[in-house]
Order: sequence, then structure tokens, then C-alpha cells
Amino acid sequence: MTEIDYAALAREAGLERVGARPPLPAYLKEMWERRHFATRLARYRIEAQLSQNRLGLGWVVLSPLLQAAVYGFVFGLIMDRGSRAGLNFIPFLVTGFFVFQFFAQSFSQGARSITGNASLVRSLGFPRMLLPVSAVIRNLYELVPMMVVLAFILVGYGEYPSWSWLLVPAVLFFMMLFNAGIALIAARLTVHLRDFTQIVPIITRLILYMTGIFYSLELVLADNPPWMLTLAQLNPVHDYIQMVRSMVLEGQEFNTLILVTGIVGGIAVFIGGIVFFWSAEERYGRD
Amino acid sequence: MTDKQTPTVVVDNLHVDYKIFASGKAAKDRRSLLSRQRGVRVVHALKGVSFTAYEGESIGVIGHNGSGKSTLMRAVAGLQQPVKGAVYASSRPSLLGVNAALLSDLTGEKNVILGGLALGMTPEEVEERYDSIVEFSGIREFMDLPMQAYSSGMAARLRFSIAISRNHQILLVDEALAVGDKEFREKSEQRIRDLREEAGTVFLVSHSMRSIMETCTRVIWIDHGTLKMDGEPSEVIREYKKST
Ligand SMILES: Nc1ncnc2c1ncn2[C@@H]1O[C@H](COP(=O)(O)OP(=O)(O)OP(=O)(O)O)[C@@H](O)[C@H]1O
Ligand SMILES: [Mg+2]
Repeated sequence: MTEIDYAALAREAGLERVGARPPLPAYLKEMWERRHFATRLARYRIEAQLSQNRLGLGWVVLSPLLQAAVYGFVFGLIMDRGSRAGLNFIPFLVTGFFVFQFFAQSFSQGARSITGNASLVRSLGFPRMLLPVSAVIRNLYELVPMMVVLAFILVGYGEYPSWSWLLVPAVLFFMMLFNAGIALIAARLTVHLRDFTQIVPIITRLILYMTGIFYSLELVLADNPPWMLTLAQLNPVHDYIQMVRSMVLEGQEFNTLILVTGIVGGIAVFIGGIVFFWSAEERYGRD
Repeated sequence: MTDKQTPTVVVDNLHVDYKIFASGKAAKDRRSLLSRQRGVRVVHALKGVSFTAYEGESIGVIGHNGSGKSTLMRAVAGLQQPVKGAVYASSRPSLLGVNAALLSDLTGEKNVILGGLALGMTPEEVEERYDSIVEFSGIREFMDLPMQAYSSGMAARLRFSIAISRNHQILLVDEALAVGDKEFREKSEQRIRDLREEAGTVFLVSHSMRSIMETCTRVIWIDHGTLKMDGEPSEVIREYKKST
């Protein structure tokens, strides 16, 4: 028995090693063929969540709205008025918070996407990247009602529609690339180290404060050395939010640094996330 | 007899270890913060298993509890990384294990659709086969319940029906039929025989020798992580029974 050369036998019969990670192009092709799995899973997850609450879809919008209200109330009282002088504060806050929510939810759901679907991962073979991608698609779906409600809030507070509103989807597209990259990186880190899920909310909170949701970074840092603002603007999350704000609000603007960081950062994190996730494909699902 | 046939699965000197971060008495003497090996115990679950499976075979896998049968199935499915050796296969094997549901908070209907899509079917194909999958599972009236509300037998029925819906493949069944009732077991054993005829390869882990005798053309006996015997079902089962 032992003298049989099994590897040669397998080679002759044209068999491939099981669990071997396919090359990246083949992997992405297989993902594309199964894209319907990711979109359906995203839809079903939303439906399952909705059927559990009486308010259903309402919570998709209501939950970030209430959070924004809490932050707005607390920080509106605490923060010095100079941090938002001349701002139409409520539209400023709600725009920022809704767009931030897209990042925060993609990050936390992406982190849990492999470990939280262990049963599925253990029983069916499919490109694992579909799971974190599906988490981002889900949040993209949820972003649609949020943006509709945002439009009403903006109009209600005297920010009227203009042609520049049409540029918002372009910004959100690059933000989606960024979020997908982050979700992929977080998904793999969680597989290596379960404890990572405990750190995710802390990182999210840190980014929330660094991003300037309830105050304007540009105003707060105006009197500090300019390198501090430059540093703050190297945070892509802030850049997407600031770009959306300047498209829907009066008197908000963005500079080249914000534009370039947003676009380049989105593409770079997306590609980096894909490679980072794919290179550990053989590890997922093994306890 | 099997020489002229096409191999579908080749297992080459497979070694699988489990590392366990143990605590308690056995780990105590080595406990030190500085050593990376703090309390790590290694279980050699498979110690060099080799065999070849061919088209149209259904292979029973037997052995006592903890002998490494499930580990072997997980390694063949590519879900367990070998420390040494490799598994080669003609297509990605799908493993039907004992875990209850795919996505337990979603309904049976959605599990069927997602399962089909994950197996690589197009949405149209899933729609086409949906009825036959549900029909085979025999639990149509529960399709709108979340799978966490299923009994273990109901969940096993649905999972088996999903996995079997794609033809020409390598199917690994690890005690997944054990919880099904008599009617379903007979139906699924028939389906396994059909699959074999369609040039598929089936592995069946079971403690029921009767079920193995009825469905398998070959039996592999795993003992303490090594392949103890490989051959005709009646012969291997006779030896296995003698040893216990
Ligand atoms: N997740 C795990 N972590 C650590 N050790 C494991 C794990 N799974 C199995 N083992 C060990 O590997 C060995 C083989 O286990 P395995 O589950 O393959 O046995 P089995 O033949 O399927 O048994 P059974 O008939 O009870 O299903 C056992 O000694 C077991 O303790
Ligand atoms: Mg077992």
C-alpha cells in the first residue's frame, strides 16, 4: 500500500488539492458567479431583522436618528458654540451621523461576518469573501431609506435641493469601496483573534470622535497649527462625510487633499482588503 | 476491480493535529507566561491516512468514537488544514455534518435559496429546483419557519435535500442521516445509490452497520487515526465487529 505515489496519481487524474486557495483572478471570477448569494443574503438579513420589530424598516432610519439626537443634545450643550459657529447644526449633525453609520455598521458587521456564520462556512464551500461583501451590500441597501429621510430633514431645515446633490452617490461609491476593504480586513482579523470583536466598538468610537460629527473639525482646528488639520483630513471617513456635507449644505466646502484622500484611500483600502482577505482563504471555517 | 476507474478523491498520507489550549492538571507543569507553548496540548487525530476513491463508489467510514472519522471528513472537505500530506479531488466536496442549520435565524425557504446559490447555482436554477428540494425534504409546511424552530431531524432533512440537489459531486455525509426517521433514511439512502450511479462519489460515516451494508460498495475502518482496513463491506464490518 505505502509504495503508491498518491501525489502522482492525483496529478495524472487531473485532481486539484482540496482547500487550495485559487489564484486571485479565478477567485474573483468565482465570486462574481455567486454574486446573487451576497445580494440575497443581504436582503434576507434585512427582512429577518425587520420582521422581529413592530416598527420594521422604521428602525433602519430611527435608530441612527435617535443616536444623532442624543449626541446632538449632549454635545450641543457641552461643546463650545465656536466649534459650530455659523453652521446649520441639525442638518450638519444628521448628515454626518447618517454617513458615518454606513462606515460603522459595515465595519462591525463585516468583522462578525465569518465567525458569525460558522455553521454556513463549515457546511458549504464557497468563496468566503462573499460574506463580508454581503454585509457591506446590506448596509448599502439600508443607506437608501436613510438618504431619503435625510433629504426631508435637509429641506425641513432650509437646505434646498441643488444640482450638487446628484454628486452624493459618487462620494458614497468611493466610501463603499473603503468600507468593503475595512470589512474584509476586520473579517480576517476576527478569525485570527476572536477578541478583535471587543475592540471594534472602541475603534469605531475613536473614529467617531476624530471625524467631527457634532463639531466641525475645520472650525475647531482653525487656530491650531495647520498640520493638525491636514492630519485630521487624512482620515477617509471624515473626507467622505465632509464631501457629502459640502454637496448638500450651504457654506461647506472641501479641498483637494480631502478629494484625493477619499478617492485614493477608497481604492487602496479596497484592493488591500481583497488581497489581505484572500491570502488567508484556506484558514476560514477551521475553528 | 477499481483500477480502470477514474479517481475522484486521493488522500495522500494525511496527518491532522488539533492544538488545544488546555488547562488543568496536565497543563500545570508547563505553565509559564514566557513560553509560547503554555498549556498547549496536541491531539494527533489522523496519523497518515492514504487511499483513493473512484467514480461511482460509495464508501462507508467506520470506527469507534474519537477514532478520527469526522476529522477525516472535514479534511477531505477542505475545512481542516493538514499538518502533513494532502487531499486531492475532482471537485469541491460538500460535507453534511451534524450541525443543525445553515442560517438558523432565516426561514427554511431562504436557507434553500441561499444554499443553492452558495453551491453555485444561478437564481433561475434555484427557482427551478426549489420545488423538488422541498418535496424531497418532506417538510413543506414548515418552510416559512426560521430554521432554529426546526427539530434536529427536520433540519437534517432540509440540509440533505439542499446538498443533494446538485449533481455530479463528491458528497460527505457525517452521521447527518442518523437523526432522520426511517422513511427519510430510506429515501436518502436511495438517493445516495442514485448519485453513485451518476458517477458521483459518496462517503458515509455511520455507526449503523445495517445502513452501511445497504448503501456502500466499500468500507474504510479508521482506528486511532490510522487506516486499519479498507475493502469489501461485509469483510471489513466482520473484522470491525470482532474487534469490539
Ligand atoms: N475541535 C477539536 N478540537 C480538539 N480536538 C478535537 C476536535 N475535534 C476532534 N478532536 C479530537 O480528535 C480525535 C478524533 O475526533 P473525531 O471527531 O474525528 O472522531 P470521530 O471518529 O468522528 O468520533 P465519533 O464517532 O464520536 O463521531 C478525538 O480524539 C478528539 O478528541
Ligand atoms: Mg464524528
